[in-house]
Amino acid sequence: MTGRSDRAESIRHTMEEDGDAVHDHTATLNRNRYEAMASLDGGDALRRRAREIKEDAIADLPELIDRVEAAVEANGGRVYVADDAADANRYVQQVASARDAETAVKSKSMTTEELELNDALVDAGVDVYETDLGEFVIQVAEESPSHIVGPAMHRSREDIAELFNDYFDPEEPLETADELTRFARDYLGDKIRDADLGVTGANFVLADSGTVVLVTNEGNARKSAVTPDAHVAVAGVEKLLPSVEELQPFVELIARSATGQSIAQYVSMLSPPTDSPTLDFDDPNTPDFGGEGGDREFHLVLVDNGRFEMREDDQLRETLYCIRCGACSNSCANFQHVGGHAFGGETYSGGIASGWEAGVHGLESTEEFNDLCTGCTRCVDACPVEIDVPWINTVVRDRLNRGADPDAFDSLVTGLTPDDEPSGFALDKRVFGNFGTLAKWGSATAPVSNWVADAGPARALLERAVGIDRRRDLPQFARETFADWYADRGSRIDDPDAAVTLYPDVYTNYVRPDRGKAAVRVLEAAGVRVDVSPVSESGRAPLSQGMVSTAEDRAVETRAALEPALDAGCDVVVLEPSDLSIFRREYERLLPEGDAAALADAAYSLVEYLTACDTTPLAGDERVAYHAHCQGRTVGELDASEALLDCLGYDVVTSAEAVECCGMAGSFGYKEAYYELSVEVGETLADWAADHPDRTLVAGGASCLDQLDALVDRTPLHVAELLDPET
Amino acid sequence: MSATTRFEAALSAFDATLTRTRTADFSARLDEVVDPPAVGSPLPFEGVSLDGTDVVTEPTPAQLRDATTGVTAAAFAIAEYGTLAVRSTAGGDEPVSLYPERHVAVVRESDVLSDADAAFSRLADAFADGPESVVFATGVSGTGDMGEYVEGVHGPREVRVLLLEDR
Ligand code: SF4
Repeated sequence: MTGRSDRAESIRHTMEEDGDAVHDHTATLNRNRYEAMASLDGGDALRRRAREIKEDAIADLPELIDRVEAAVEANGGRVYVADDAADANRYVQQVASARDAETAVKSKSMTTEELELNDALVDAGVDVYETDLGEFVIQVAEESPSHIVGPAMHRSREDIAELFNDYFDPEEPLETADELTRFARDYLGDKIRDADLGVTGANFVLADSGTVVLVTNEGNARKSAVTPDAHVAVAGVEKLLPSVEELQPFVELIARSATGQSIAQYVSMLSPPTDSPTLDFDDPNTPDFGGEGGDREFHLVLVDNGRFEMREDDQLRETLYCIRCGACSNSCANFQHVGGHAFGGETYSGGIASGWEAGVHGLESTEEFNDLCTGCTRCVDACPVEIDVPWINTVVRDRLNRGADPDAFDSLVTGLTPDDEPSGFALDKRVFGNFGTLAKWGSATAPVSNWVADAGPARALLERAVGIDRRRDLPQFARETFADWYADRGSRIDDPDAAVTLYPDVYTNYVRPDRGKAAVRVLEAAGVRVDVSPVSESGRAPLSQGMVSTAEDRAVETRAALEPALDAGCDVVVLEPSDLSIFRREYERLLPEGDAAALADAAYSLVEYLTACDTTPLAGDERVAYHAHCQGRTVGELDASEALLDCLGYDVVTSAEAVECCGMAGSFGYKEAYYELSVEVGETLADWAADHPDRTLVAGGASCLDQLDALVDRTPLHVAELLDPET
Repeated sequence: MSATTRFEAALSAFDATLTRTRTADFSARLDEVVDPPAVGSPLPFEGVSLDGTDVVTEPTPAQLRDATTGVTAAAFAIAEYGTLAVRSTAGGDEPVSLYPERHVAVVRESDVLSDADAAFSRLADAFADGPESVVFATGVSGTGDMGEYVEGVHGPREVRVLLLEDR
């Protein structure tokens, strides 16, 4: 593994090289996706259906393989199931040499990238031409894809013009996108007409009819599949669906998710060998039309390469449901700013790459990029097959941690890292993962702890030992915790309309007690009596570091701390969206079966709770610019906040269109390796805030508030502080 | 709104035009939407034919390569998206709809289906009779890979629909 400062340097480099172009493209695709999904009736039901179809298909995979073999053979083609990359490549080489193929044209396929099929064909003496223009660009540039859907997304038009002018030396230099496209089309058109072999991937394969489904906008897959007499389709085994009946949700979802189109330009459903006439452009004056199309040859190569093992792996299995639409990349704030050259492994990129890379190339190929998933969960809403991409990243991180070497600094912080993780666990992860303990200590010894931590030498040590970037302001621990304040003060409501338990997360308790105090006053103004449960860390901090077993311990403790409230049938108000989100999403995985549901049902954000009770005394008329916390947004916080504030009389604009995540993401923005990326991502939020200079800035969570504090010269408020009757 | 009206609206979103014709006037209307030289594949609809028009059926590869217009039937259309379903036939629907710059699709009005549900149920019926090969073509080929969006890549740059009102 590279060191932290090397990592920072490499991210900085990619950000400079690729960042602007990738950001322009991904942000646009992401906006388009929102619009396209919003205009689709029953979009979530369709995602559910797609998910179920994939679950069943993967469960039935061996049978589907038998069925597709029978169907393709009945049609007159051949199926080959390849164990691994070498096996698949060998088979395609054999097909090529049996036909004396000198050239092959290819349509875009990530699976053939995974296999490195092009190299294998070149080794067999076959010239290979990528016909998707994005793939063509990176083939000419000898680069790897920067995005699973838009492989050349990191290159601007100017870049591509320079590349083509250098490489092809055209008579007239190429300049506009139109000129570049025409040039590439003509160049590749010749190659397609001359090719001896057409190689495509497949977006889906229909077992019962032996149908290969290809989804493209350029038309290159159609031409590559149909023009040469021989067609080889290469697909991972996970692409199998039973029949055309199951295809519809995917056709309706894939383009919406990928580019925001309601349907892709070309959805080809080919059951080869097809009846289309063969086209011999070497013999251009002999008609081929009207015959039986009988000279066509078709091979379907189904690739295992680790997928059957993924199928047995309870945590990685859902990776196989992925339809590779790229929505998880486009909706990812970090990805938007670096692209797949930093946020990617050997083949795949973006959030889901951890699953694919771990499965097909091995855990080590996730090592350099897995930390770039901050667990913000914005991709969870985006994924058309409802894959919990952040969970896959967490699991992979946990596995990486467990394989790490013993760390020399371990003994220094034993007291601060009271977890059961193996001793080899990286120190920085353990410190961040045990934030609750650190905060308790910091608060108990404040303000001394704050002075010490802020002092130059201490910052240098923190940077060296734990990787906390010295440019980042540290959290200031409060001497009086929120829980102590409340214990002194007690409830001011004698005749309550309702009662709630307020969950004092560690950040509210030790670092930002003011928002806890504000929340108490707000709830009391609404006639609600507040109880405060014992302080506990929810497990969010260790989970974000991939410390799953520590997170399980914290979850059990927190569930126990809230047990009396749940037993009493009391609602639980949660101020920190990352905790609300772990209660609702991950506790199901962390707690013994059956323990998560009661808490998930009883837990509300402050806003959700107020929406359900009489809030008239809280009316306000301020102009507000509201940034929803990423994880909170995934569990509905944005809509709830917008609705409540609107109803109370506030004039609200939100950052929903412009920003997915603030870039701070818990510990991420503190880390030396990621500080600059975090700030770059945060600048997108800061730009949005600057577009609304006369509005009160309100943000959902601790991280967003810290990031805004650092990057904007207005003081942002938590929603409890906005509503606080005392301000 | 009728399916045909919705189909026309969806087509106009990518500058494709819809021309209505009765079978009796087919040749005349065809002339209006064809930019020669044109190639075509046989039309399976009663009362209309490319025979006797300037459209070359059973073209040679050279004629296909040099054609400006390709005329094919569409098995059906999806009004909601402006989609044309083109089958792979021995007469060459697939290459004829793909290679030339302009694709002219002949559609029976009774084959204009309202939405994806109707289209997939039609497709399922077709697959029930044996494996099918069909492409859903929507709009013109395009790419954003050269830094900006450009229309007309490997497939056509223009789409024209001839709607057979009495079929
Ligand atoms: S994980 Fe989901 S969102 Fe990401 S590429 Fe796969 S299908 Fe698309």
